[in-house]
Amino acid sequence: MPWALLAPQVAIVSVFFFWPAAQAILQSLQVEDSFGLSRQWAGLENFKTLFSDAAYLESFKTTAIFSVLVAVLGIAVSLMLAVFADRVVRGVLFYRTLLIVPYAVAPAVAGVLWLFMFSPSIGVVAYGLSKFFGFEWNHLLNSNHAMTLIVAAAVWKQISYNFLFFVAGLQSIPKSLVEAAAIDGARPWRRFWSIQFPLLTPTTFFLLVINMVYAFFDTFAIIDATTSGGPGRDTVILVFKVYIDGIKGGDIGGSAAQSVVLMLIVVALTVLQFRYVEKKVSY
Amino acid sequence: MVERRATLGILAHAVMILGVVIVAFPIYLAFVASTHTSQEIVQAPMPLLPGGHFWENYVAALTGHGGGAGSNAPVGRMMWISLVTALTIAIGKIAVSLLSAFALVYFRFPMRGVFFWAIFVTLMLPVEVRILPTYKVISDLSMLNSYAGLTIPLIASATATFLFRQFFLTVPEELVEAARMDGAGPMRFFKDILVPLSKTSIAALFVIQFIYGWNQYLWPLLAATSEDMYPVVVGIKRMIAGGDSGNEWNIVMATAIMAMIPPAIVVIFMQRWFVKGLVDTEK
Repeated sequence: MPWALLAPQVAIVSVFFFWPAAQAILQSLQVEDSFGLSRQWAGLENFKTLFSDAAYLESFKTTAIFSVLVAVLGIAVSLMLAVFADRVVRGVLFYRTLLIVPYAVAPAVAGVLWLFMFSPSIGVVAYGLSKFFGFEWNHLLNSNHAMTLIVAAAVWKQISYNFLFFVAGLQSIPKSLVEAAAIDGARPWRRFWSIQFPLLTPTTFFLLVINMVYAFFDTFAIIDATTSGGPGRDTVILVFKVYIDGIKGGDIGGSAAQSVVLMLIVVALTVLQFRYVEKKVSY
Repeated sequence: MVERRATLGILAHAVMILGVVIVAFPIYLAFVASTHTSQEIVQAPMPLLPGGHFWENYVAALTGHGGGAGSNAPVGRMMWISLVTALTIAIGKIAVSLLSAFALVYFRFPMRGVFFWAIFVTLMLPVEVRILPTYKVISDLSMLNSYAGLTIPLIASATATFLFRQFFLTVPEELVEAARMDGAGPMRFFKDILVPLSKTSIAALFVIQFIYGWNQYLWPLLAATSEDMYPVVVGIKRMIAGGDSGNEWNIVMATAIMAMIPPAIVVIFMQRWFVKGLVDTEK
């Protein structure tokens, strides 16, 4: 009986999760000839090639910059909004409703929206930048602009999530603490830094991990829709590289080795999330 | 609120309004663009107020009569695919997870721990890290370009299983005993007691999973190779392939708005469950 109940889940998990994952690990240890006719054991050959490949290391760096920017900016902006939302008495529901809408927007659609605003020839924002600030925006040529664009779109999409968690976190801080501080003469700014912000540490740390995971894995669609990795390969994050090398480039062994590296990253992030978020960083 | 400070109150509203305006601007702009002709949009700067071509743009998008240089597939068909897959994924995930959680909590059987961990480990294997081998499984099972291929691999869910498991663990033992005294078998208990008790969790998960399903991008990109099986999120990316001036931006933006509406409706009108779902699934 319990087996029958578990059967659907276990079947899906084994066919679509474990089997492909095992394949990826297997393929990462093999090399295929140019025609795909035979495979040979290669040991860690694929990994060696991978880590001596400048483009791959570059992609690591791009991913690191991208995810740190997304996590830090996303958290900072949402925290600010949440703190002010906590002060607002009237209209909270209205603000909250509008702020959570980006969560519902698909990453690919979010990418298209931001691309449209920042398109060098027709985008309203690009036009405004050039007209009022004399700033020539062109994410097709300038890789800093391209990075800014994908960070902005990714942060925009994630604000809703962070905001809701900060609002919940702020509400769970006992009112008496804040009131006591106010009686002791602490101004709002002081109260925020000495009481609310430290007490929010568990939420902040949790969001930091979640945002990193988001930036690593869920932003594929945003990048594909806006820059497609360009200019050159300057916005190719790791997940995007697995996709271009594997699907478009047909490099099975190399792509599998990249998958294995990514798996290790996910495992590390998940362990971090479960081990530390729950236990260490709490009051 | 601790004390009354008029300036701070005004500042709070000002920050919130600014935040909301920035967050809503991309969506507003998309709506404006969807009501103009493509010529009006291409001349920079595009108008910032809605125009009078709402109806014809949306009809052209739905029926696929745009004249853009990218893809011109009918959006009506894509919306239908998206709806079917999102609903199947959401309902499928809930059903499969309810059953597995039931088995894991209420039965003692050999290998229970193994199954538990097997489901847990899938958290660490997102599609992004096993792109190529999973694609191969789907094509070997000839599930490419089918609803089954688009949905079944995404139906397994560790988070949903754990959410239900947590909830079942809080259901008092007395209920099980009472049901047994009245002669109810396990399935009867599941159907008449457990599922009705889980209603709020089910609603919360439905919101999260519906959005998850609707916003899938990478998976359908692999599993659907022909245009008539593209969900709208993938379809819109194909539409912008024509470049800045080749695209019919009015049609693209009409599509973007339509792609946003179903998940936005779910989030806004099921806001209470949405917030609960977000907070619960991350435990």
